[in-house]
Amino acid sequence: MDNKKDIRLMKGNEAIAEAAIRCGVDGYFGYPITPQSEVMETLMLLKPWETTGMVVLQAESEIASINMVYGGAGCGKKVMTSSSSPGISLMQEGLTYLAGAELPCVVVNVVRGGPGLGTIQPAQSDYFQSVKGGGHGDYKLIVLAPASVQEMADFVELAFDLAFKYRNPALILSDGMIGQMMEKVELKPYRKRWTNEEIKQMHPWATMGKPAERERNIITSVELDPNAFERFNHKLQDKYRKMQEEEVRCEQFNCEDAEYLLVAYGSSARICQKAMELARAKGIKVGLLRPITLFPFPTREIQALLGHVKGILSVELSEGQMVEDVRLTVEGKVKVEHFGRVGGVVHSPEEVVEALERKIIGG
Amino acid sequence: MEVSIKDIIKPENLVYQKSSLLTEKPMHYCPGCTHGVVNRLIAEVIEELGLQQETIGVTPVGCSVLLYNYIDIDWQEAAHGRAPALGTAIKRLLPEKYVFTYQGDGDLAAIGTAETIHACNRGENILMVFINNGIYGMTGGQMAPTTLEGMAASTCPFGRDPERDGNPLSMTEIVATLPGTRYVTRQAAHTAGAVRKLKKALIKGFNNQKENKGTSFIEVVSTCNSGWKMTPVQANEWMVENMFPFYPLGDIKDK
Ligand SMILES: Cc1ncc(C[n+]2csc(CCOP(=O)(O)OP(=O)(O)O)c2C)c(N)n1
Ligand code: SF4
Repeated sequence: MDNKKDIRLMKGNEAIAEAAIRCGVDGYFGYPITPQSEVMETLMLLKPWETTGMVVLQAESEIASINMVYGGAGCGKKVMTSSSSPGISLMQEGLTYLAGAELPCVVVNVVRGGPGLGTIQPAQSDYFQSVKGGGHGDYKLIVLAPASVQEMADFVELAFDLAFKYRNPALILSDGMIGQMMEKVELKPYRKRWTNEEIKQMHPWATMGKPAERERNIITSVELDPNAFERFNHKLQDKYRKMQEEEVRCEQFNCEDAEYLLVAYGSSARICQKAMELARAKGIKVGLLRPITLFPFPTREIQALLGHVKGILSVELSEGQMVEDVRLTVEGKVKVEHFGRVGGVVHSPEEVVEALERKIIGG
Repeated sequence: MEVSIKDIIKPENLVYQKSSLLTEKPMHYCPGCTHGVVNRLIAEVIEELGLQQETIGVTPVGCSVLLYNYIDIDWQEAAHGRAPALGTAIKRLLPEKYVFTYQGDGDLAAIGTAETIHACNRGENILMVFINNGIYGMTGGQMAPTTLEGMAASTCPFGRDPERDGNPLSMTEIVATLPGTRYVTRQAAHTAGAVRKLKKALIKGFNNQKENKGTSFIEVVSTCNSGWKMTPVQANEWMVENMFPFYPLGDIKDK
C-alpha cells in the first residue's frame, strides 16, 4: 500500500496552484479576476520561490501576463497564466502570437458568464473562443476540459506535456463551478524543475543566450515572404491534424447500448451523469459522452455510436456552441439539439431529462 | 618609397571595423535613418562587453521589428507594445542573463504605455532602449504620442493640434519619477560626439544589470527622414532645432 499518498480537500482553483508547483512549473504570471483569483492567491501563500524556485508575479493586466508567458515560453521554460472570461479575451492577441511563434504554455480559463462584464457565475460560453482559435489567423489551441477538482490538478501536467510535444499553447477550459467547488484530490509528488542545461538539450530553439556552437535563436511570428508564410501555415495545420489523429480524449458512460446520447463537458458533464441515471431509471436508454479534449474534438468517437444512437442532446451552459461541432460530426445522420441555461444559471438534471424527452425523443 | 595598400592594411593601423556581431544581412532601414546607427552601436557594445552568449534582446513592432536579422544574439520578437512584459519574464526566469528591449515611440509610449510604466515601476533589471522619432515610421508616417505640436504627420496633415490631438508625451521624464528606474537618460545619434555619448550610456545600461538596482532607460531622440519627408541632413537639422528644445538631451536620473 502506498502510504505516501497526499490526499486533500480543496477548491479547483487551489488544485491548479498546487499542481503547478508540483509538476515543476517555472513561472506563473496573472491578474486577479473572479472566479479564479484563488490560483494566484494560493501560489503566493505557498511561496514556491523558496522551495522549487518558481517565479510568481502579479502583472498589470492580462495583456501583460500573457506576454510575460510569451517571454518565458521563448526561453523554453514551463510558464502559465490563469484568468476568467474577460481576462481571457484580453489575452487573445498574446495567444495568437504564441501560436504563431510555436511556443508552448498553459492558460487556464475559469469561465464566467458573458458577454461583457457579465456575471461571476459559472458558464460555458467561451467554447467558440477556445476551440476555434480566438485571436486572428488560422491557429488552434489544445483545449482540455476538466470535470472535477482532481482533473484540475491532473490536467496542468497533461497540458504542459501536450504543449511542449506540439510547441503550441494549451488551454484548460474550466468554469466557475469546477474552480470554486471543493472535492477530494490526490496530489502528485513534487518533480524537479528543468535545469537550464536540460532545457538547452530538450528545447534547442529556446532563447537562453547564443553559444558559439549554434546559430542565433529567434522567437518570432513575422514572415513577410508569402510563399514561406503559406508553407508555415500548412505546417501548423499538419500539427493540428496530428493532434486530431493522436490526442483525442473522451469518457463514455453507458454508450454501448444507448439509443440517445448526451454530449457534455466540464460541469455540464457532471450534471448529465445524474440526468443519465434519472433517464435510465425511467427506462430511456441514454448514454453520456464527455469530451475531455475539446480541440481536438472526439469526432470519430461520436461517429462510432451512430449505428445505434437515434438522437443527440448537446448540453452546455451556453446558448449553443459545442452543438455546432456535434452537428458537423454527425453530418445530419441523426437529430442533434442543444439544451443549456445561461447567464450564470445552472441546469438541473431533471431539466436535462425533460429537454431530452421534449427535444429529442418526442420531437 | 612607394606605399602599397598592403602596407597600410595591418592590425596596428586598424582604427575602426564593423562589429563581428553585425550579420551580413543588408539593413532594411531608409538611408539616413537613426535605427541603423543605434543597431550598430548595440552590436558594438555587446561585443566589447563580451556578452554575446549572455544577452537576449526583444524587438518591437515598428521599423525595427526585424532588428533580429542584424545582431548575432538570441532574440524574441514581441507584439506591438509588449516588449517590456517579455523582458520582465525573460529576466526573472534567467536572472543571470542580460536583457534589453528596443522600441519605437508608438510601441513604447502609446500602445505599450502600461507595459512600459509597470516594468519601470517594478524596477525590472533590464535595459530599455527607446527610439523617439516623433512619428510612426513603419506604418507610413502617422502621428505618434511624441509628435511635436504643429508637426505634420499623415493623420495630422496640418500639424498636431493639442486641442484635438493632445500634447506630445515625454515618457522619459515620466519613468524618471518612478522609484523603480535607476538610470534614465536622453541621448541622440546625429554627430560623432552624440554617438560616443550614446555608446557610453548603452554600456552603462548593460553594466547596470550586474547589480539588481532597477531599470535602465535610454531614449534616443531620432530622425525618420522618410516620414518627415526630408533629406537625412535636413532631418538632423530639423531635429536639433525642433526636437531638442522639447526633448532636451542629458541624464535625468543616475543612481
Ligand atoms: C496591435 C497593432 N496595432 C497596430 C499595428 C500597426 N503598427 C505597426 S508599427 C506601428 C507604429 C510604429 O511606430 P513606432 O513604434 O514609433 O516605431 P517606428 O516605426 O517609428 O520605428 C503601428 C501602429 C500593429 N502592428 N499591431
Ligand atoms: S520609415 Fe523612418 S524610422 Fe522607418 S526606416 Fe525609414 S527613416 Fe527609419
